[in-house]
Amino acid sequence: MTFLRQTSYACAAALLACTATSAIAQSPAPVKIGIPVFLSGPAVGAFGEPSRNAAELIVRAMNAGELPAPYNQKGLAGAPIEPKIIDEAGNTATVVTEFKNLVQRDKVDVVVGYVSSAGCLAAAPVAEELQVLTIFYACGASRLFDDNDYKYVFRASSSQTSDAVATARYITTKFPDLKSYSGINQNYSWGQDNWRDFKLAMSVVNPKVTMDKELMPKLFAGEFGAEISVLLAAGSSIVHSSFFGGDLETFVLQASARGLPQRSRLLLTVGEQILARQGKNVPDGTIIGGRGRHGMLASANPLNKWFLDAYVKEYKSIPNFPAYHMLSSMLGLKAAWEKAAAAKGGARPTTDDVIKAFTGLQFETASGPVKMALGKGHQGIEEVAVGTYRYNKAKNQPELYDLITYPAECVNPPADMKSEEWLKKGMPGAKC
Amino acid sequence: MTALAILIDGLVYAAWLFIVAIGLTLIFGVMKVLNVAHGGLYAFGAYSAATAIGLYFNHDWPAAGGFLAMVLAALAVGAIIGLVLERALLQRFYDKDEILTALVTYAAFLILEDLLLLIWGPQGLFVPQPYRAAGIINIGLLPVSVYDLMLIALAGLLAVGAWYAIRRTRFGRMLMAILYDRETAAAFGVNVTRVYVATFLIGSMLGALGGAVTAPRISVSAGIGVEVIVIAFAVIAIGGMSSIGGALVGALIVGFARTIAVHFAPSLDLFVVYGVMTIVLVLRPYGLFGAAVARKV
Repeated sequence: MTFLRQTSYACAAALLACTATSAIAQSPAPVKIGIPVFLSGPAVGAFGEPSRNAAELIVRAMNAGELPAPYNQKGLAGAPIEPKIIDEAGNTATVVTEFKNLVQRDKVDVVVGYVSSAGCLAAAPVAEELQVLTIFYACGASRLFDDNDYKYVFRASSSQTSDAVATARYITTKFPDLKSYSGINQNYSWGQDNWRDFKLAMSVVNPKVTMDKELMPKLFAGEFGAEISVLLAAGSSIVHSSFFGGDLETFVLQASARGLPQRSRLLLTVGEQILARQGKNVPDGTIIGGRGRHGMLASANPLNKWFLDAYVKEYKSIPNFPAYHMLSSMLGLKAAWEKAAAAKGGARPTTDDVIKAFTGLQFETASGPVKMALGKGHQGIEEVAVGTYRYNKAKNQPELYDLITYPAECVNPPADMKSEEWLKKGMPGAKC
Repeated sequence: MTALAILIDGLVYAAWLFIVAIGLTLIFGVMKVLNVAHGGLYAFGAYSAATAIGLYFNHDWPAAGGFLAMVLAALAVGAIIGLVLERALLQRFYDKDEILTALVTYAAFLILEDLLLLIWGPQGLFVPQPYRAAGIINIGLLPVSVYDLMLIALAGLLAVGAWYAIRRTRFGRMLMAILYDRETAAAFGVNVTRVYVATFLIGSMLGALGGAVTAPRISVSAGIGVEVIVIAFAVIAIGGMSSIGGALVGALIVGFARTIAVHFAPSLDLFVVYGVMTIVLVLRPYGLFGAAVARKV
């Protein structure tokens, strides 16, 4: 009797072990994704917080298979996503150290992150060295893919060149009597490149308009009194700025208080990021861009409806363009991963498989289609919308009007030309 | 218009620099503590003032009270943090090397930065109500914020108040005695510990006050203390580390140098402040109002 009981226990244990082993074998290993975003510093409010919120929301929804088609398969081709969100803040040495920690210590399979152009430029060579698939989600420096050929690095959002061209075209269309413009941009790669591209774009689309003043205050200076006096004295038709985060909010406050928007119309190339938080403080008539067609500039489609509803339900606020950039990058990764998995009959793809699938890919996002058309198929292009701002007091909410959406091929160079060269040659081949 | 703009912008920026730097100078002058935590006190002052402004302006109360609320909130927070830092931390390092004390204040600064995030979270605060309530006046063709002019008045008040307190009061004489020689002052009956506590408390409250008056002009966000501490050190290095008069002159030099650069050579904006500091320190290594001190052996 005892022998029989022991035998039956042993069989039961063996059966359980077999079942468990089988379950483990069938459950795909998670895909670890490192997500560096600003969790501290002056860019947290406009970039870090919305991006982290979006990342957490998207990963949860992807793992649960809750996204609209064609993204409704759970995880990445069935493999659950395991996110590791870290702080992007710090100098470029810190960025490199933390990137290496993500790859070597935390063993992430993919990195999706980085707002700062300086951070992207620092992380890209390390991604190549460590051979880890890296998708930059929000940094905009066009030189990233203009000056380098990368194998492991992708960017699913458009570069700052498209913002410059779109806003130059917009003010030329909307303000035919434009006489002059000035610019105030941060004194580092993002601000310098934005201003260079805007000036070049203006020289092509509106060569009669003159440039008055160009100001380059220190990043996160927090004090623009002297700059505002210079701009007030210049009296330009337009004041261009690619400020972001705390600098953008502070400049808008100080400029509005001293009546600059009454003398010169403000053009904020990435102004969309503060509308949800600071709508009442942004002067009516300000021209607003948002690095593509995101946030308040986005059109209606099922992905946008899902994202907007889910984000507002979860966080009680409207997602801004950095949140949309996070979504586009995660969708790009999912599309590439699942395409690569499908090519292998459903097996887990290698990094090289995903890179092959991602290169030149076109995929749908909440902001319209993204085509990985530049940088030898590693740099995305997308539609860019620009609008004019007003605060709707009756509805107690910010709104954009006079929206113009520019096709991706109208505001980006062709695949065989660098951004600066394209602008200097008069934007040949632009399809508007 | 340009000359007028340079005059006003230079004075406003210099006033702000002086308000931010005066507490740092006072603490270094008396205690020989290079207080890096001053940036944290500035940030705490800004956040607590922003919170007070938010709460105050939620009610339909007169705007003038909002100014008082933001200043009082910051002074209270500055006093509490200053007292805790001095009693719990710094008093243990007075007889240690000055570099070690500076490192301790740097550690305190990092702790304060994290505390800020714990208390207020990563989202910035935006409280322009006092800035807007003060309004604008036109000086010539130049619209100028009245709030900015109030900063000039406040800096003037602080300069006169500091001069009076140091030159005309008993406490000031004790400060000067300690400044010249701590041990001799103690031998003559000055309660050095009590003066140190009072000095650090006042310096901390001034640091927090700097943050408070800045809060309505900016987007108050994590990291603002880092930016301030660097420029404040440049100001007091130019003036001479221990001199409040030197801090005033240093603030004026930096304020006008930067403003002139913005108006005539904007690309030099980043360079000019530290360029001026370098030139001054090459010509006078102890700053404009500093004096070489013989090392005791």
